[in-house]
This record gives sequence, structure tokens and C-alpha cells, in this order.
Amino acid sequence: MAAGVAAWLPFARAAAIGWMPVANCPMPLAPADKNKRQDELIVLNVSGRRFQTWRTTLERYPDTLLGSTEKEFFFNEDTKEYFFDRDPEVFRCVLNFYRTGKLHYPRYECISAYDDELAFYGILPEIIGDCCYEEYKDRKRENAERLMDDNDSENNQESMPSLSFRQTMWRAFENPHTSTLALVFYYVTGFFIAVSVITNVVETVPCGTVPGSKELPCGERYSVAFFCLDTACVMIFTVEYLLRLFAAPSRYRFIRSVMSIIDVVAIMPYYIGLVMTNNEDVSGAFVTLRVFRVFRIFKFSRHSQGLRILGYTLKSCASELGFLLFSLTMAIIIFATVMFYAEKGSSASKFTSIPASFWYTIVTMTTLGYGDMVPKTIAGKIFGSICSLSGVLVIALPVPVIVSNFSRIYHQNQRADKRRAQKKARLARIRVAKTGSSNAYLHSKRNGLLNEALELAGTPEEEHVGKTTSLIESQHHHLLHCLEKTTNHEFIDEQMFEQNCMESSMQNYPSTRSPSLSSHPGLTTTCCSRRNKKTTHLPNSNLPATRLRSMQELSTIHIQGSEQPSLTTSRSSLNLKADDGLRPNCKTSQITTAIISIPTPPALTPEGESRPPPASPGPNTNIPSIASNVVKVSAL
Amino acid sequence: MGAVMGTFSSLQTKQRRPSKDIAWWYYQYQRDKIEDELEMTMVCHRPEGLEQLEAQTNFTKRELQVLYRGFKNECPSGVVNEETFKQIYAQFFPHGDASTYAHYLFNAFDTTQAGSVKFEDFVTALSILLRGTVHEKLRWTFNLYDINKDGYINKEEMMDIVKAIYDMMGKYTYPVLKEDTPRQHVDVFFQKMDKNKDGIVTLDEFLESCQEDDNIMRSLQLFQNVI
Repeated sequence: MAAGVAAWLPFARAAAIGWMPVANCPMPLAPADKNKRQDELIVLNVSGRRFQTWRTTLERYPDTLLGSTEKEFFFNEDTKEYFFDRDPEVFRCVLNFYRTGKLHYPRYECISAYDDELAFYGILPEIIGDCCYEEYKDRKRENAERLMDDNDSENNQESMPSLSFRQTMWRAFENPHTSTLALVFYYVTGFFIAVSVITNVVETVPCGTVPGSKELPCGERYSVAFFCLDTACVMIFTVEYLLRLFAAPSRYRFIRSVMSIIDVVAIMPYYIGLVMTNNEDVSGAFVTLRVFRVFRIFKFSRHSQGLRILGYTLKSCASELGFLLFSLTMAIIIFATVMFYAEKGSSASKFTSIPASFWYTIVTMTTLGYGDMVPKTIAGKIFGSICSLSGVLVIALPVPVIVSNFSRIYHQNQRADKRRAQKKARLARIRVAKTGSSNAYLHSKRNGLLNEALELAGTPEEEHVGKTTSLIESQHHHLLHCLEKTTNHEFIDEQMFEQNCMESSMQNYPSTRSPSLSSHPGLTTTCCSRRNKKTTHLPNSNLPATRLRSMQELSTIHIQGSEQPSLTTSRSSLNLKADDGLRPNCKTSQITTAIISIPTPPALTPEGESRPPPASPGPNTNIPSIASNVVKVSAL
Repeated sequence: MGAVMGTFSSLQTKQRRPSKDIAWWYYQYQRDKIEDELEMTMVCHRPEGLEQLEAQTNFTKRELQVLYRGFKNECPSGVVNEETFKQIYAQFFPHGDASTYAHYLFNAFDTTQAGSVKFEDFVTALSILLRGTVHEKLRWTFNLYDINKDGYINKEEMMDIVKAIYDMMGKYTYPVLKEDTPRQHVDVFFQKMDKNKDGIVTLDEFLESCQEDDNIMRSLQLFQNVI
């Protein structure tokens, strides 16, 4: 319950008078204000700066330091004030939280100092208001990353605990700086990638003439040398790939990763070439495969952080690029068509078909202008010039947009994901807190009933179960209790609700003695038609459900009618027939033997058993204590 | 440039506007802004003096002070509108939906049907509820149930009220809430209250039936010491 509205609790309770005429059952007693004192100012001295506030302001949040009795530990008898040896600046925010219900995060404050103070005062950072929450989370994440980086660099210098050989190898592959061997390996592979790429390039350079034949590229002139170089490189790459495969923590994932695909594609042509050297037909395809050797250059991306970032940003802006491509394609098709039809008339025109005009359009729009295709007709020239002008616009305009989109989308994606993740987590936490507050009511109900039962049993030496709740909490619970009594239904939590639904659907025809929940439509919800205890349901199998039900049976003690002389002493049911829906005066209260079903306090059991259910209505003198608590029901 | 201005102002005001010239858009935007500010400044209500309120209600000065502090904290402008009222009331009943009942409550508090509850109305109603005579309390409750304020409670009004109360319970109840539970509840109520069985309950019938019922009498005294 938000404590800002704790001040409105009196209003809510007063408004509950509106339920009274509608209610059929008596209302529970209101919690007495035992130590009713006037609202007083208390002085909080935080490192010399004095703050003053009303006591009730602090009591709004009873599960914090200032709202609970924990602050008594800081009470200074001599000066009659509470002294805290903490930062007064942050305390200002904390105290404002009590006053306004909103916790703010001051931007100038260090995040860890702020966290420490919140932890001291027992305040969860999650309740920081929306205005400041994002800033708080950002700063916290930054701080965490920074600390993590520091930790990493520290850890690198220490000696690691013993990892398995495989793990050390994987670590060496991923972070070359971890050990000298890894660094050597890193540089060696880098060198060989460079060698391989240069080899591929130089292979095709014409290398001077061998006397008696035409000019040959170097690859064919020194084919043996190049072959040896290629073999060496491929062997190194194969070894590296196999080592990585062995060391990978998840081999399946490694095989699917982009880098390993690049590795495989880089070395496959060589092996395929080994397999089919002599077959002339396939050598054409084999030559094509050699093109894939150029992919070795992508292996450099393991060595370069920048390449990886570029690849990632391209991937994330794929939709923008796609749009650019699409609009370009549209423009190209339009202009190519126009040019084709414009140039159709002219003789010896190069614009033989629309796809042939594509080339002209692209070259013109990108302002390259090779000049291999030029329009000859006047209409063609006019449209050609329009094409080149619009090309400037179409190409030049989206590029800055895309560039700015890159950064915008990149950051936005990050922030949106962040916010989404935060929102889910925040909502989950708020939900937990909300169920916590409703569960608090259910808990206190159980505890309260247990207390009453203990009091009934007359065992004063039993410990008071459950924690003492603040006055506001107990008043709120009393209000919810009144609502339960008005409507004759009780609050339960989700799991029990589902259990009950399942059980009631599983229940077959009930015995006449024990009306079930669902199969008696005529069951009126008078106060006396309380629930049965299912005979088939083992009381020990599901302890919490039993406990709750037995608690409810306890609560019916107060108003149990005894119109039924035939009420048996069977343990299993509070036998209430549905046929007498409008039950006239349930004057008596009686404790039925249902008490036995309660697993705990055993002191109660003999008490319950010894009490036979009275056969006739009449004031039950056995239990005077109950009568004083119970308002007599006049059933409607 | 004009397009940018236009989109900006239309985004601000969130309305569908036909495309006109930018001067018109800009003027609209400014006007909306001014209206917003005026609205903020206009509704700021100060209650009458403490002595006057003390004379009119059954509260002491201290109690009025405590009440006003709480009131002002939640509604700095000095009046509660229905939305705020519903939100505040919903905080006390996290299980279910308290908005319908809060609506009826609001209408009961807002005696002048002004659409907002000032501190005087608030305190007057609380004074009746907490410190009033039994007669006054019952009359207030009758007024609450009488949704259309015609002086009679008929079955539909009672159904609405009871349904609103059951809505506050939420879904997870034991026993499971059934469809006709509120109707049965209303039938029972009418059987008790409607003396001459004419289908409506008048104020006198209501007063008489409630005074006959010890249970109700006792519950009315329950909230004596709320402040």
C-alpha cells in the first residue's frame, strides 16, 4: 500500500460504513489504537544538520529503518533526538521520500555512495520514481561495467585457478593477451593470413616472360613455389581450426558461428583442388572456387575489433540499407524503361533491351558516366539528363540519413532493449510487491486467527505468533476483513484459488451431508453456509491448503449456527444443508469438531473434542470469551 | 522547414489536422499550451478557515489539521477529482477493481455535483460518517445507495452497488464468486428492507429496517475512533 495515501485510510474506513447495511455477517472488531498519542515532531540529527518531521510521516513505511523501531537504536537520550552519522545530502532525498512518496536520485551524487545510503536506511532502489529511474540504472550499469573491467584487468595479472587444458586453450584463443604463447599464436596466424592473401594477389601478376612463350602470371611461372606457400598456409589454418574446434566449450555452437564458417570456406578450395587436380572439365569450377580464398581476409576480423563492430552495425541497419536498395531499384527500373523506349527509334542504339538499359541508368545515376552507352535521340538526351540529376538526389540524400540512422538506430535499439528489460523486471518487482502486500493481509489473517485460536485455548504461555504489525497495517487489514464479511467471500492467493477450482471440478456427486462448492446452485451465501471439508481430500497431503481451510473453519466458529440437531460429530464436515437457505437466527456459536483438522496447536485438540455440539439453539456458556468477541448475527 | 514545424506541432497536440499553413499550426500549438497553463492555475482551492470548519463539523482543530495535511499531500490543488479519488481508493484494495464503488462514493461525497470534492465536502462527509448520529449515518448511506438521487432505492441501483462491492474482492476469492451471487445478495437485502414489498426502498423503510437490525447498529459504531 502506498504510504502517501496512508493519510486517507481514515476516509476509506469511514466509507466502509456504506457496506454495513448490505452486509449479512457481523463485522470484525476494529484494532484498538493502544498507544494513541498525539502526532509529534521528531528531530533527526544527521551529522549535525537537523531535520524535523512528524512521527506519522516516518511511520508510513514501516519496513525501513526510520519507520520501524530500529531507529530507537540511534536515539540520543541527552539531546532527545535521533542521531545518524551519515551524509546529510542524501538524507534529504531519503526524507523527501517519506514526505512525498517518491524517491529521487540526485544526479550529482555518486552512485555507490547513494546505494550505500539506501541500503543503510533500508530502502529498495526499485522504488525510485520514473523521473530518475533511468538515470539511476544507467549510472549503475556504467559503474558495474567499469568495476568489471577493472576486475578483469586485475585478474589477468594474477595466476588463475587451475582450469582444464581445454579451457586454457579456449581462453588463449579468445584473449591473446592472457599468455605469451597465445600472443605468439595470434601473431603467427595473422602473419600467415597476410601471406596467404598477398600470395593470392601476386599469383595473378604477370611476371615477365619466359623466353619462347607469352607472358605468364607469376602463379603459373613459379607454380611449385606458390603451391608450397599455399599448402603451408592451409596447413596452419587447418591446424588452427581443429584446435579451436577442440577447445570450444560448445562445439555445436562453434561450428555454427560466422567465424568458423569463414575458416572452413577459406580452406575448402585447397582440399577440393587436391581431390580433383586432373579432371579438366571440373577445373573451370575449380577456378571459381579459388575465389573463395579471398575470404581469408575476413579472418582478420578476429584480429580487428573495428571490423567486428562494422559488421555488427551493418547487420543492425540492414533494413535501412534494404530500403535504399529498394528505392534505387525502383528509380533504375523507371529510368531504364523510359530510356529504352526513348532510344528505340534510333538506329544502332546500344539500348537493346530494358535490362541493357539498367547498366546505363546505374552508371548515370551514380554520376560515373563511363560513356560506353550514350543516348542519341533528343528525347533520350532529355531523359538522360533528368536521370543524372535525379541520380544525384536519390543517391546523395539517403546516405547522410542512413549514416545518422546508423547511430540513431544503434543507440535507440540499445536503449529500447534496456528499457524493455528494465520494464519487465520493474513490473515483475512491482507485482511481487503488490502480491506481497495482499499476501501480507493473508498472512496476518492467518496469524491473527491463530492468535485468536491460541487465546481461545487459554494457553497464555504460548508465544504470540506472527510479527506485530503497525497500526496503519492493522487498520488496513481490518478494512479488508470488513469487506470480506460484507460479501461473504474471502481473499485467497492465486495458487489456492487454482487448487480450489481444480478440486471442485474433480469433485463428483457429493454426499448429502457435505455440499460442495459447485454443485449446489441454490447455495445461498449466508454467513452460515460455510464450506465443507472434503472427505476424499487427505488433510496431510497439501498442508497449506488444509491449513487455510481449517483457518476458515475456525473463523466460522464465531457464527456457526446449530439449526441442525442432526449435526453429526463427524470430523469431516461442517454439515450445512443447502435447503434451508434463509436461515433464521443463528444465535449460538459453537466449536465443532472440525478443529481437529488443524495440524498445529495441539493444545486445541483435546479442547475441541471434549466439546459436544449443542443440540439446541441457545447461548453457549462454554465459550464466554467468544461471545464477547462476536456480534450476534441476525440472518437475513 | 514548414513540414518539420508542422509535424512537431501536430505531434505535440496529438490531433489530426488538415494540412494548412504553418502559421495556423503554430497558433494552435501556442493556444493549447496557454490553455494547459491556465487550467493548472485555475483550480487551486483554499478551504475556509479552521474555526469555521470546526464549528460546522464534529472534529476538533487538531483532527482537522491532521485531515487537511493528508488531503493536501495527495491533492495539492485543493480539490479531488474523480480520477484521483478512484486512484486513491484503489490503493486500498489491490485485489480487485475498486473504481465503480469509488465512483458511487465520489458522487455521494460530491453533494453539489460539481465534479470535484473540496476539502469542506470531504470533511463534512467524514464528520457525518465518523461523528454523526445513527440517523445521519443511515441517511448518508441511503444517499450513497440512491444512485440517481431520486429519493428511492430500486433493485437496479442496489444491484449496481452490490456488484461494485463484489468487484472490489477481485478474482481470487474463497469460495469462488459466482455470477448470481450479487443478485442473491440483493434479493436478501430487499426482502429485509422493503417493508411494503413495492419493489423500492424509501428512506423511512430503510431507516426502520436498519434500526431493527442489531447487527447493523453495532457495525455503525465500529468506526468511531478512526481519527
